[in-house]
Amino acid sequence: MNRSALVAVIFIGIILIWAAEDMPAYGDPKAPANEYAAQMYIDRTPGDIGIDNIVTAILASYRGFDTLGEVVVILTAGISVLLLMRRGEGQ
Amino acid sequence: MRENVVIRTVCRLFVPFIQLFALYVIVHGASGPGGGFQGGVIFATSFILLLIAFGLPCVRGRFGRSWIRAYAACGIIIFAGVGLTCILFSGNFLEYAAIETALGIPHLQTLMIDIVEAGIGITVMAVMTSIILDFVGKEEEEPL
Repeated sequence: MNRSALVAVIFIGIILIWAAEDMPAYGDPKAPANEYAAQMYIDRTPGDIGIDNIVTAILASYRGFDTLGEVVVILTAGISVLLLMRRGEGQ
Repeated sequence: MRENVVIRTVCRLFVPFIQLFALYVIVHGASGPGGGFQGGVIFATSFILLLIAFGLPCVRGRFGRSWIRAYAACGIIIFAGVGLTCILFSGNFLEYAAIETALGIPHLQTLMIDIVEAGIGITVMAVMTSIILDFVGKEEEEPL
């Protein structure tokens, strides 16, 4: 059981490191995120949403569904800790 | 340490200011640095400070287990409720602009984003407090 888990972790780790090679360098001006997406958010936030904080505009409005998922992930983490630490109570 | 009057007094003084700062960070999310995640964690630190100074029964007495669970779910319900309200006003899920055009109130999107941030803050605050209280409760049952 432990050995198969170790093999799985190493296998997935190799795949992730292999995939990380293809990611654009940090701050690369030719990267897709920097080429048009960032400029688009800066240009369109005042007209679309009308708030000063562009980060919040992306977080709560452009990517609101993603943020909802993040909050559900946090709730799931809390429930997991609750279940692990309170194991065996109430029996 | 729990009998130290300096620590107890300082903590009692600091907790309301930490909570006020947390609310400021949450409400300020639309116009400056801040937001629900940060503000929620700051709010949870006030409970951790109470826990360090006054012990677990005090925090449990002020913020019971069932209340923590209710708050944790409540934040997500607020967030999803705002999203579903947008569908009622014939927009997409979480499309705040639909409500703004339907009701004709300017800057309503800012208010919706603030409500969403408040929902995020409530859930993060409750979950952080729940995690730390669960760990502490386990240690007090089985002393190391």
